[in-house]
Amino acid sequence: MAMSIAHRVTGAALYAGSLLLAAWLIAAAFGPASYERAQWLAGSWLGRLALFGYTYALFHHMVGGVRHFIWDAGRGFEPEARMNLARMTPFVAGALTILAWIVGYAAR
Amino acid sequence: MAHGSSLRTPLGKVRGLGPARSGTEHFWVQRLTGVANLFLAFAFLAIVIALTGRDYASARALLANPVVALLLTLFVVSGAIHMRIGMQVIIEDYVHGEGVKVLVTMANTFFAIAVGAASLIAILKLAFGN
Repeated sequence: MAMSIAHRVTGAALYAGSLLLAAWLIAAAFGPASYERAQWLAGSWLGRLALFGYTYALFHHMVGGVRHFIWDAGRGFEPEARMNLARMTPFVAGALTILAWIVGYAAR
Repeated sequence: MAHGSSLRTPLGKVRGLGPARSGTEHFWVQRLTGVANLFLAFAFLAIVIALTGRDYASARALLANPVVALLLTLFVVSGAIHMRIGMQVIIEDYVHGEGVKVLVTMANTFFAIAVGAASLIAILKLAFGN
């Protein structure tokens, strides 16, 4: 139940995030000055917070989507399996988010 | 239901579209783009990580790489289709006024196309422009 709502909330967050992706790409397409401004904004604490939130929403929605694929295959409907899948979702998404950010900082 | 007592025409059964004329297409396309996004999202994150801390010239060099431009294009197109259907499901569940529902559904489609097209034009400019 909670994970079903979370799947919608993270989906809606990514919907809003698509606007930020478009804005960054357009800023880069406009040239060096607007690219530098976009990079400054993305690197600010507010930008990093938004990017971290986007990363988590992306992984949470991805893991939730995989859960739906498991159900589409006709598996994971038993009460215990269903609850385990739901409980695992935020932990797997959190672990993938932290891993992505470790790789991101290591690659700088 | 006994044979011969159905109100549906044989042609209607074959088409399988039902009264809304849309059938299971949205369900299927959402799975299709979902599978695509599962892989494309990892490619997208790898590109974002590779872009961090780059100056303009080296960022342009990366975005001009054909494989990078292709992966970004696929992610934007598949993502825009996926998010349009996903938001429409949310609208259908929570917006009940018939007039408002039509307007919000339309706005959702406009948003997905506008964001997708704007991203695509920027990707093409970065890949081919100077």
